[in-house]
Amino acid sequence: MVYGIIQLINFAHGEIYMLGAFIALIVAGALTIYGFSGWAILLLAGLVAAVYAAAYGYTLEKIAYRPLRTAPRLSPLISAIGKSLFLQNYVMLAQTPDFLPFPTLIPEFAFMEPVAHIIGSAEVVILLTSAVLMTGLTVLIKYTRIGKAMRATQQDMAMARLVGIDVDRVISFTFVVGSVLAAVGGVLVGSYLGQINFAIGFMAGIKAFTAAVLGGIGSIPGAVLGGLVLGLTEALAAGYVSSAYEDVFAFGVLVLILILRPSGLLGRAIREKV
Amino acid sequence: MLELRGVQAGYGRIQALREVSLSVGAGEIVTLIGANGAGKSTTLMTICGVVAAQAGEILFEGESLRGLSPDAIVGRGIVQVPEGRRIFPRMSVRENLEMGAYLRRDPAGIRRDLEYVMKLFPILAERRHQPGGTLSGGEQQMLAISRALLARPKLLLLDEPSLGLAPLVIRQIFTIIRRINAEGTTVFLVEQNANQALKLAHRGYVLENGRTVLNDTAEKLLGNEEVKSAYLGI
Ligand SMILES: Nc1ncnc2c1ncn2[C@@H]1O[C@H](COP(=O)(O)OP(=O)(O)OP(=O)(O)O)[C@@H](O)[C@H]1O
Ligand SMILES: [Mg+2]
Repeated sequence: MVYGIIQLINFAHGEIYMLGAFIALIVAGALTIYGFSGWAILLLAGLVAAVYAAAYGYTLEKIAYRPLRTAPRLSPLISAIGKSLFLQNYVMLAQTPDFLPFPTLIPEFAFMEPVAHIIGSAEVVILLTSAVLMTGLTVLIKYTRIGKAMRATQQDMAMARLVGIDVDRVISFTFVVGSVLAAVGGVLVGSYLGQINFAIGFMAGIKAFTAAVLGGIGSIPGAVLGGLVLGLTEALAAGYVSSAYEDVFAFGVLVLILILRPSGLLGRAIREKV
Repeated sequence: MLELRGVQAGYGRIQALREVSLSVGAGEIVTLIGANGAGKSTTLMTICGVVAAQAGEILFEGESLRGLSPDAIVGRGIVQVPEGRRIFPRMSVRENLEMGAYLRRDPAGIRRDLEYVMKLFPILAERRHQPGGTLSGGEQQMLAISRALLARPKLLLLDEPSLGLAPLVIRQIFTIIRRINAEGTTVFLVEQNANQALKLAHRGYVLENGRTVLNDTAEKLLGNEEVKSAYLGI
């Protein structure tokens, strides 16, 4: 999303996902001590992680990207990689380099019992949350004032200024929304997989970017389709070749797409601005 | 209404404006003519706060605009139709128009103005669901002017509205500009098409290498020998 608007690969995006998971872990730990129950913990921990991530995304943009807005494109990219490394190492030092167990925050539903061997409650919750968030995001971008301002900024930043859009605010907002989504993702996946460490964001970030490129940058249905194709590729690779190679196949897909169809499966052809 | 005094501006080490001084009175159509690269577009971008003025004063209704952000300047009532129209290509015609009204909070007034511009340019009503990028050059110019009108400007800045258009369309656009002015909007028009611009305007300035070197009534400039040979090709 951020890439769509300011043509910047936000390498630190995955780190926000990782931070979201860590914050949720800490909050969940505290809440458990105070005797809260499953759902309350999930919602509160998710909420705190989202608020924290929003603040983080906002600050990150302000101190590490905005000063470089007019610099050559390589500079913000390097800044992004720098932040990504910084956050990873910070969490590694502050917490631990090892995997931490993540509590199963998503409870099992009783009514899911009969189909539990096909699809678990956690999967249903993750799918539903994603569907709701994606619909919300689509509506936001398509119909709201700020959403239109985001599209205008993406299509012509100078012209957006000339119609009175405060472009800095729009970009901050984009970072905040993107960060909240990343943090929610981190919490859900952390809870699903049951363990997290400081490096989970890196892989997730690259894979999310692959999915977005695969589907076509800036297209939300495209990103979903990209995610599905990527997931299937990994699963097939793991099944038929070896699970050690699933990442290799994932990146193979990224390279192939960049060569064969740079605009993505559902994307429009974008010409690089000069 | 608008006054520039000794304005200097540029891009990094390139100094595009060396000494620009001019004024636009309420209700006037004033034109700025000059050759390619003279600094006409830069003048407009400096007024709008997109390019920062390095020296000099820019006053609008008696208050300085220097240091204000572009959106604050739009809020004051100065709206630009930039060179090359700059329609949002993947937004519909209707959305492009709505973006013009971005800072307004009066839905009823916006609706009235939407109807107004669609009457001014009926083609826009016909194409309202089409992406802006698919319109022809002339239609895009009409859309760009309409988008600016939706901001309810006190002062409308136009950068080469005739660029790349057929004579018939140019005449249509100029007629509309005259009408917009007659209805109370002050117009500052940048043109390379000096002949047409001077016929439309009340007064004019000539810009050369970032300096305003001549200013007079449009009529006198049309008769001026230097202007004739340099800009009118006579
Ligand atoms: N973004 C930019 N970066 C660097 N230099 C620029 C930029 N825009 C304009 N210039 C330079 O500033 C000078 C004035 O340019 P400007 O666009 O204002 O001229 P103009 O009078 O509008 O010309 P034209 O009639 O071709 O539109 C030119 O020498 C141009 O090369
Ligand atoms: Mg120009």
